[in-house]
Amino acid sequence: MKVLKNAAAVAAALALCAAMGVCAAEPVDPADLKVGVIYVGDDNEGYSLSHMKGVDGMQEALGLSDDQVIEKFNIPEDESCYDAAVDLAEQGCQLIFATSFGHEDYLIQVASEYPDVQFCHATGYQAASSELENMHNYFTSIYEARYVSGVVAGMKLAEQIAAGVPTDANYDADGNLKIGYVGAYSYAEVISGYTSFFLGIRSVVPNVVMEVKYTGSWADQALEKETAEALIADGCFLVGQHADTTGAAAACEAGKTWHVGYNVGMLDVAPNYDLTSSTNNWAPYYTYAAECVVAGEPIDVDWCKGHSEGAVAITDLGQSVAEGTAEKVEETWAAIDDGSLHVFDTSTWTVGGETITTTASDDLADVFYGVEHISEDGSYFMESAVGSAPAFSFVIDGITELNQVY
Amino acid sequence: MPNRTKEPFIRIIKRDSMPFAKRVLVRVLAILASLLVSAVFIFIITRSNPADVYRSLVDGAIGTGRRTWNTLRDTSILLATALAITPAFKMRFWNIGAEGQILVGGIATAAIMRYWGNSVHPLVMFAAMVIVSVLAGLVWGIIPAFFKAHWNTNETLFTLMMNYIAIQLTAFFSIVWEAKKGSGTIGTINQKTQAGWISTGFLPDIFGKFNYSINVIIILALTIAMFIYLTYTKHGYEISVVGQSENTARYAGIHVKTVILRTMALSGAICGFTGFLLVSGSSHTISTNTAGGRGFTAIIVSWLAKFNPFIMILISFFLVFMGNGATQIASEFQLNESASEVITGIILFFILGSEFFINFKPVFRRNGKESAA
Repeated sequence: MKVLKNAAAVAAALALCAAMGVCAAEPVDPADLKVGVIYVGDDNEGYSLSHMKGVDGMQEALGLSDDQVIEKFNIPEDESCYDAAVDLAEQGCQLIFATSFGHEDYLIQVASEYPDVQFCHATGYQAASSELENMHNYFTSIYEARYVSGVVAGMKLAEQIAAGVPTDANYDADGNLKIGYVGAYSYAEVISGYTSFFLGIRSVVPNVVMEVKYTGSWADQALEKETAEALIADGCFLVGQHADTTGAAAACEAGKTWHVGYNVGMLDVAPNYDLTSSTNNWAPYYTYAAECVVAGEPIDVDWCKGHSEGAVAITDLGQSVAEGTAEKVEETWAAIDDGSLHVFDTSTWTVGGETITTTASDDLADVFYGVEHISEDGSYFMESAVGSAPAFSFVIDGITELNQVY
Repeated sequence: MPNRTKEPFIRIIKRDSMPFAKRVLVRVLAILASLLVSAVFIFIITRSNPADVYRSLVDGAIGTGRRTWNTLRDTSILLATALAITPAFKMRFWNIGAEGQILVGGIATAAIMRYWGNSVHPLVMFAAMVIVSVLAGLVWGIIPAFFKAHWNTNETLFTLMMNYIAIQLTAFFSIVWEAKKGSGTIGTINQKTQAGWISTGFLPDIFGKFNYSINVIIILALTIAMFIYLTYTKHGYEISVVGQSENTARYAGIHVKTVILRTMALSGAICGFTGFLLVSGSSHTISTNTAGGRGFTAIIVSWLAKFNPFIMILISFFLVFMGNGATQIASEFQLNESASEVITGIILFFILGSEFFINFKPVFRRNGKESAA
């Protein structure tokens, strides 16, 4: 009788699975859990370092021993990623992460070959369209932190303008204060980042314009420094950045120009001129995904969380921030957390003089593929709501791209 | 007396010849010595038992079925590249452009996969991929040969520069064909349909679900063919005569220009074909890393094997085995990837050193008498 009862239970469970379309895997004893991680770099580079810290956080939260986490470093965005992921699966990992954009295709390939292993890919966009139940994407709402770092920068600019510090060379012909931005590549992740930073500044100081210059590399210390120097020479009064080294910070300290960084605090490089950095905290995701596998529950296909979940933050404020910055930062975070402030509020930006009301139109089809990213009431661009990766790719009025590098 | 004072402390002289058994012994000793020095290096940086480290090395190369196949796959590609450059090197034509010849073959293959992937019959597609990749490699190889044959340009510099053109072309196509605007990478070509992939799925399940058996078999056949070509054909003979002395070849009535052009065409064509095997048979993508320096490592393979295709099998297997094993060491002992390169470097240093001592011997000055060490 007991056997029959069990069989019935199994059949019921299977039917339930089939009905839901998602069949959660068996729970895993935390002592048997094995996690594999594929990094594009190693601890010499801020982006991979922040992921390594996140994995450490997960390891601590779940109490995993060192040999339960297998890490592969310096895996380029080519077929070596396939080999690396296969190797991790063969070593018995039930959960495998890959951290760089170009890893995605290879991870999908391996996910199709190892259906019982869960694969999670940071910054990617194909998990949903791959139709594989064991393939997932994740990212953070870093734009929230960029916006707040922009508010910090804006406070500083307001203070300096009031003190009459900027010279004529710092203003354009229309009387707008010029700031600069060192970007890596001309695509959505970077565009979304500098736009939110710019909107944060403009929420405090309305008359600013920003020049963006790309380096064409994620981590090139000398080139980032050179690019920042060019922006400073062009009259930029403050420089923000989206790349992985401290090159721009060094240029700003030497060029006596205010600086806002990314990934890690850069006060040690620019003690007098660095204001703060926006930063990712990957530990909440890594912990979430590992806990899902332990509990045998499905992992979100697209995971993107922001400040309210502890996934993004800004680093310690520098000594030179304007008075009242800390309070203003708290206020902004509170507004973002409770949803009263939307970073990409359509009333705060225009493209070619027009307010954007839809992204699903035909003339934007080659950028947004007919997907609607504007909220139903038309009030804001829903960044990272459709997929976890950043999607905002408008170059808004007030921002000039000096070059384009793909 | 003046003679005596001029004699240096050490002189290097050529050995007549060394018995076969002794030559093997020297090489084995060299490999053991290199493993010993690597062990010291590993111990200094990891403080782990070197025996564990070597176990991890073997584990990384052949520890699982997939790893063994990866090692065989990489061995066969390195071997194919070595086979490709051998006729040119035997002719004393320094073709260091294999890297570029592989890449253009790979680009040609990738183009067919992308543009014809879902519209033509697989047989037509494979035929087209083979033809265009061979042609692309051939053209890339014959350009420097043409200049060498007619104006005696320096082929080392010429083939080297052709590499950079091929790398830039690959970078260019990486953007033209990029998977997503701004990403700069092509990603896996035809991921959903797998069109144009060399599939081993139709084979009986003797090698396991995932394997590279077709690549391996094709390249083994190529090895035998190359051995026959170099050893038993008139072309092979002409290549070695031109390599020994162009004047002798001319005197013997060999048309040197034709031999140079023909041999480099063959060398480039096989490189192009290797590019096809890489893109269609294993990578399913193309990037500037696709050739991965094999064009240069292959030179070491070819020379160490003294142009014997069968010895090349052993040498390429050994190099790949050590390389893949070293990667595992780096991962298991939390070392940087460069650690595996250091280990491979130590091993190569000893192997090349042993070849030196097989061919030469140092002679020390001692009280006016000579004694060989």
